[in-house]
Amino acid sequence: MSLADLKRTITKSPVWKSVFRHDYKDTPRNRYLQILSNVFLHLHPSKISRHAVEVRYTWGMGGISFFIFLVLTVTGVVLMFYYRPTDQYAYYDMKYLANDVPFGMFIRNMHRWAAHAMVITVWLHMLRVFMTGSYKPPREFNWGIGVVLLVLTLLLSFTGYLLPWDQLAIWAVTVGTNMARATPLLGHEGPFGPQLGLRPDNDVRFMLLGGTQVGPPALLRFYVLHCVFLPVVAGVLMIVHFWRIRKDGGISGPVGKD
Amino acid sequence: MADELSKESNPESGIPHELGATTLGPAVVKAAPKSVGALPARPGEVPSRPQKKDDGLRRTAQPEGDQNIWRYSRRGFLEKLGWVGIFSFLGVMMVGTLRYMFPRVLFEPSPIFKAGFPEAYLPNTVSTKWIKDYRVWIIRTNDRIYALLGICTHLGCTPRWLEAEDKFKCPCHGSGFYRSGVNFEGPAPRALERLKVARAESGEIIVDKSVKFLYEDGGWDKPQSYLMV
Repeated sequence: MSLADLKRTITKSPVWKSVFRHDYKDTPRNRYLQILSNVFLHLHPSKISRHAVEVRYTWGMGGISFFIFLVLTVTGVVLMFYYRPTDQYAYYDMKYLANDVPFGMFIRNMHRWAAHAMVITVWLHMLRVFMTGSYKPPREFNWGIGVVLLVLTLLLSFTGYLLPWDQLAIWAVTVGTNMARATPLLGHEGPFGPQLGLRPDNDVRFMLLGGTQVGPPALLRFYVLHCVFLPVVAGVLMIVHFWRIRKDGGISGPVGKD
Repeated sequence: MADELSKESNPESGIPHELGATTLGPAVVKAAPKSVGALPARPGEVPSRPQKKDDGLRRTAQPEGDQNIWRYSRRGFLEKLGWVGIFSFLGVMMVGTLRYMFPRVLFEPSPIFKAGFPEAYLPNTVSTKWIKDYRVWIIRTNDRIYALLGICTHLGCTPRWLEAEDKFKCPCHGSGFYRSGVNFEGPAPRALERLKVARAESGEIIVDKSVKFLYEDGGWDKPQSYLMV
């Protein structure tokens, strides 16, 4: 049996055909079908306008942000195999990862640098969308989704900051969460807080930290928020965000081409 | 105006009044005041096309005096009951989950500690004895003892007591405080906080960090904010 015969036998087999519905025939119809019949590819439009690949206009920052989010998800899951979010272990697990686990330093630094990079790329994406006026109708709802995603990116960054559980982390989060004390109506030092009977042990900061200071309960809460809650919410909103790009007329283009 | 409208439209609507029997609470239909008819006309509003007998809206089927509050079909009633059940469940779950996030028991150091006997503090001195463990200075003037909390009112760092300059100085952003706790330099927006001090039966000083006395609230004059020596 020649190699060509083998290839034909495989690609004509029922198993192969059940997985890949469409071959690589280069016709417009077939190329549509390849995109549309794949659950991962179908999130992307099967057809885009010519200006959508003009990188000087689009900057590609939205796509890069999503790519970095995927990098963070994968490296984050890998880090979870060694990290325990408790007062006793967190700092030493971080040191263990950084110094002794094979490729641990590589994975940890990849996660760290990708986190910094994502904040930057999300800002640049927002800057491009703003400067090109791409937030205007019919894309105003997607701009709103994007603002929420920006906040989620910053919250992911902030909650991840505590997890090394060193002095920098504890004090940075102490200062950061002290802002919650001054929340109007919800914080015990904010406007109307004392009048509503709020104390350090029953206000919104207490709920965030699970205590009156940045202690073991805060570490656990930030860990759960960082690894489960915020990524899931961000993922759902990203699906809506990408979907709405297509439904609102595709990626915006220069004036006259949009 | 409303009476006219309902009298006019009801007999000729073509829909029998027995429809009321399928709705809940027919007694209400009988007892209801007759002033409320098909559509209550608002003051100043010109009724739209009163001459038209049947415009196909449901109001034409309403018996006179029906307040339109019990007119649910069985299906409509059960549907609303279902939604009430679902939203009640979700509401209770949300309140419960919210409460769940506020623990009853805290595994934190007690805010109350004993700071020794008053005689151990010399007049007109600032004691840094407890700053490391509790972030509290004990200060004695000639006749009073008070406790200052060592948390800078700017961003929460621990200031240092500089004996030679007779002031508290924050290492983070340079806020300065007098011995009394009042701020006089740097970004700190208000004075350091004083804490509740009391005497134990043994005569020792008890400091309670959970009760604070603020200068701007006039709290430094309150009796629990200092001890007479």
